[in-house]
Amino acid sequence: MTVATALGYGDLPGLLTLQTGDEKHDPSSHSTLDALWVLYDRVLNVDPESPEDPERDRFLLSKGHGPTAYYAVLAAKGFIPAEWLPQFGAFDSPLGYHPDGRLLPGVEIGSGSLGHGLPIALGVALALEHTVSAAPRVICLVGDAELEEGSNWEAVQLAGRLRTGRLTVVVIDNASSTYGWPGGVERRFELEGWSAVRVDGRDHDALERAFAAGDGTRPHAVVAEVVP
Amino acid sequence: MSTMRKRFYDVVAELLEADPCVAVVLAEIGAGELRPHPRLFNVGIREQLMIGLAGGLALEGLRPFVHSYAPFLVERPFEQVKLDLGHQDVGAALVSTGASYDSARSGRTHQAPADVALLRALPGWTIDVPGHPDEVERLVRAAAGRRDNVYIRLSEETNARAIQTDGLHVVRRGSDSAPVVVAVGPTLDETTKAVRDLDATIAYVTRVRPFDAAGLRAVARGTDVVLVEPYLAGTSAAEVGAALRDRPHRLLALGVANEELRRYGTGPEHRAAHGLDARGLRASITEFLPAPRLAA
Repeated sequence: MTVATALGYGDLPGLLTLQTGDEKHDPSSHSTLDALWVLYDRVLNVDPESPEDPERDRFLLSKGHGPTAYYAVLAAKGFIPAEWLPQFGAFDSPLGYHPDGRLLPGVEIGSGSLGHGLPIALGVALALEHTVSAAPRVICLVGDAELEEGSNWEAVQLAGRLRTGRLTVVVIDNASSTYGWPGGVERRFELEGWSAVRVDGRDHDALERAFAAGDGTRPHAVVAEVVP
Repeated sequence: MSTMRKRFYDVVAELLEADPCVAVVLAEIGAGELRPHPRLFNVGIREQLMIGLAGGLALEGLRPFVHSYAPFLVERPFEQVKLDLGHQDVGAALVSTGASYDSARSGRTHQAPADVALLRALPGWTIDVPGHPDEVERLVRAAAGRRDNVYIRLSEETNARAIQTDGLHVVRRGSDSAPVVVAVGPTLDETTKAVRDLDATIAYVTRVRPFDAAGLRAVARGTDVVLVEPYLAGTSAAEVGAALRDRPHRLLALGVANEELRRYGTGPEHRAAHGLDARGLRASITEFLPAPRLAA
């Protein structure tokens, strides 16, 4: 489990303020914040002291847009120093408007262009069958509008057919997809052979239960609904 | 099936068995030629996923060989090639088949004369254009031991004999003032026929990125350089210009025309239509040279 630091969930608004200078941090403006916190506080087996541990869980932020919540959680959990946050977006800062995995400890990939993280995550999950004796999870965060990119569905289809049980996707559903997903996006995952649950994306206990709900024999989707 | 392609399948199948780091990623093309293996991933007809998945494999330390027709390997998933490999700072070996017009009967959809030009626009790629199945074998084996991005372009067109070189190899040396004719990969035999009686130095290159600038500087004693490439004309013109930047020189860059031909037919017919057969090459070269001289 993630190594605890002195900083907790209540410190995240202050860490966000360091990046933006904006003291009004309505949770709805940070749709990923609670899911990210639950992942790093309760779910992921990651350690800032050994971010390259081969047996760590892999977390891939595919929805690289608006990464301030990600950076705040990484700082709270000790992966990056909070002192980096005020330089967000600066030329000599490792913290950009889209994260770069080669510049940041504990960050698996660079993202920003939508629809890339999930295919990479499937490759990581399949490689782990051959490279690591333990059973790390691979969790990829996408947005509901990001799922408009067809490349995601290439990965969803194949992961379902291959029953890639170590792969979990969390979909942050803030209804930002222009044309929506009639009947709920989770139905698309289920049709492709995944297990899927929809939860309140601000309810930490519900999120934790949802991440634990996969049975490991097929990929699992957690649709985290947040009020736009 | 071309002998280059057959050789690739044979060698990569052997590498899968021998090297626990090697993986193969396919999008149906080639799946019928390789036996199932735990590290052979046929993703179906999903070319974006083919590259993204390879990036994921490489992030975990595997060495993916990714293979398809050039348009589906380079052009369709180009952003994945840029981001899921290059930007993630991981490498794969992309091995294409079909080249510029091998699948002439299939039309424009299966032709990719711009593949090398596209990949040269990305940083860090090694691009190999072999001219013989034996060269393919050496390049594929070498690519298995690397961790960076490598593109190997297979073709139905082959030369009669292999020349194993990573740099610029002098096939025939002309006089000091003779033009240097640089033939890339499978263009060598037609190029040699085209200038067989001319006073010309013939050089052979399979590795076009990084380009052997020092080799070209060493062999180019006169002012005239002719570049013969089996893909988009002018693709390596900037490399020649950079290599000879401090010397007065003239360059004739021959290759596949950018205009869409809108013809079916055979590869040799397309080669002739683009002026890349011996007759076409000779016409272009003799027109370019101010006063072509016969070999001594």
